Amino acid sequence: MAVSPEKPRKSRKTAEVMDRDELLKAYSSMLLIRRFEEKAGQLYGMGLIAGFCHLYIGQEAVVVGMQHCIGEGDEVITSYRDHGHMLACDMDPKGVMAELTGRSGGYSRGKGGSMHMFSKEKGFFGGHGIVGAQVSLGAGLAFSNWYRENDRVSLTYFGEGAANQGQVYESFNLANLMKLPAVFIIENNRYAMGTSVERASASRDLSLNGVPWGMPSLSVDGMDVLAVKEAGMEAVAHCRAGKGPFLLEMKTYRYRGHSMSDPAKYRTREEVQRMRAEHDCLDSAKAKLVALGVSEAELKKIDDEVKLRVQEAADFAQASPEPDPSELYTDVLVEG
Amino acid sequence: MSEMSMIQAIHSALDVMLGRDPNVLIFGEDVGYFGGVFRATEGLQAKHGPTRCFDTPLSEGGIVATAIGMGAYGLRPVVEIQFADYILPAYDQLVSEAARLRYRSGGEFWAPITVRAPYGGGIFGGQTHSASPEALFTHVAGLKTVIPATPYDAKGLLISAIEDDDPVIFLEPKRIYNGPFDGRHDQPARPWTGQEGSEVPEDYYKVALGSAAIRRQGRAVSVLAYGTMVHVALRAAEESGIDAEVIDLRSLVPLDIDTITASVNKTGRCVIVHEATRYSGFGAELSALVQERCFYRLEAPITRVTGWDTPYPHAFEWDYFPGPQRVAEGLRRALEA
Repeated sequence: MAVSPEKPRKSRKTAEVMDRDELLKAYSSMLLIRRFEEKAGQLYGMGLIAGFCHLYIGQEAVVVGMQHCIGEGDEVITSYRDHGHMLACDMDPKGVMAELTGRSGGYSRGKGGSMHMFSKEKGFFGGHGIVGAQVSLGAGLAFSNWYRENDRVSLTYFGEGAANQGQVYESFNLANLMKLPAVFIIENNRYAMGTSVERASASRDLSLNGVPWGMPSLSVDGMDVLAVKEAGMEAVAHCRAGKGPFLLEMKTYRYRGHSMSDPAKYRTREEVQRMRAEHDCLDSAKAKLVALGVSEAELKKIDDEVKLRVQEAADFAQASPEPDPSELYTDVLVEG
Repeated sequence: MSEMSMIQAIHSALDVMLGRDPNVLIFGEDVGYFGGVFRATEGLQAKHGPTRCFDTPLSEGGIVATAIGMGAYGLRPVVEIQFADYILPAYDQLVSEAARLRYRSGGEFWAPITVRAPYGGGIFGGQTHSASPEALFTHVAGLKTVIPATPYDAKGLLISAIEDDDPVIFLEPKRIYNGPFDGRHDQPARPWTGQEGSEVPEDYYKVALGSAAIRRQGRAVSVLAYGTMVHVALRAAEESGIDAEVIDLRSLVPLDIDTITASVNKTGRCVIVHEATRYSGFGAELSALVQERCFYRLEAPITRVTGWDTPYPHAFEWDYFPGPQRVAEGLRRALEA
């Protein structure tokens, strides 16, 4: 079975989508996510992170490309594979890593864990552990923007597995009925846990899943940050123009297991290696940067800065104290 | 007989029933080709074919609803909800359709479905992979709720559940899939090998729904527990030296109230243990039942040892999980009163 994205939207010439500086920034963001996730995997292996931990490695171009389409005041909501989205939203890597280790310095003070973090300040409405549940919340965010007439949009991410949940289509219907400014983004990484998209979806082209409600859509090469941004700009402009929601299917791929305890019996090693070798978002962005005249020294500097930030996050996540047991009963209901 | 872990025993029950009854079908998320995230259905699709054991989309409401329709038609579906925490989209179908089909059709239709779901904490699963939702089901007239604590019971109870003509919620304590975890997280994990209840017949047998098992005879206090907490309670009795009688309920609905009543009438004291939140938990029902039947024989207030009334936190795993120390404190409280 072909693994390469089927007829994905390719980007136009680099310069029309991102200039040199913007591509450098996108590259740096993707690299931060990659290195952060690698470090999280290490800390998990050392027993410093417990429980469930879903790494975003391979899919970085999706969230970074989309983040380049929105601005302050726009909202982002996603599933449990959320570390990349938080870093892309400019949340502090220290607070994210400390939540993974269950420390008081974490974004949810250690009580949420890998799948459940939030930042009102950065417009991030959470990682959500229940598959598909956040999609309807995303419609609620979009409704709120529409109601406030504030010209903002919300980005709602979910996987191709979640795309089979009934509430996704309840939300599509409502969003189209009311012309809500919602960008729905299917991150199609081909595997819902251990089940490939072909085994679980009768729809062969997920970008068409909004058709019954008249929702415009694009299928995009989600491994190419430029293609993502180009499609994202079209979707966001559509929403801001008051034309209603837009569906983007990002054809992407996760290199690592579904979570850290994945037996990886559902795909071949060769398939993963081929995607890494031929479609990696960092490799292609780097090649374009070099073509634009960015020097090795410049790239090395970004690499060093990213490494330092990730190391500081890892150090903080180990030094931050465990939450006080009195925290167990805080934030169950409104206090006071 | 052979030695099995709980997950192997569940696998064996499913395998046996697929072989015995062409009306039995198994489906759910990742259960077919992949064999299930906990490997409960590994190899069953290859052995019995893709129409008997198959993958579904991620759609818990749809999975359970389809099973109810199949059941009304006369099939005997066994569905897996990957984690009990994910069952809530199917709750409407379970409560409004499965539980009431028999009643509202005057006995003409019913839903002989089994819904398997791994539940419970002790795995650092946080709030979406650790829940103990049994009380959501025991509160619903028309559902049965079963929870095994050993491999032998898991297989025998699961076969009973599959053959039962009512909808059965079969909650599997995932922390003891591979060994009888007793709450001592600081000690090396024990496998099921050599442990009581790990000898399992390879063929068909049943453990009746509604029969409790006394896991430890005692005279000082009766402990009512199920799932992982049975092993925690046994450990607490051992560590505290208190002569507790530990009753493994095995099935919450139907409930073996006679075994419970006889034990509490003998000991005069009762401690109820569960992982789930305390308020309106199944322990509240147990406490009421014991009070109604044993009031004049009780020598102390009934004590509950439970999870706290909060979502399951990511940090504080062992503060939340009611381990042997907390259970032992409960035992002492019941004795000192």
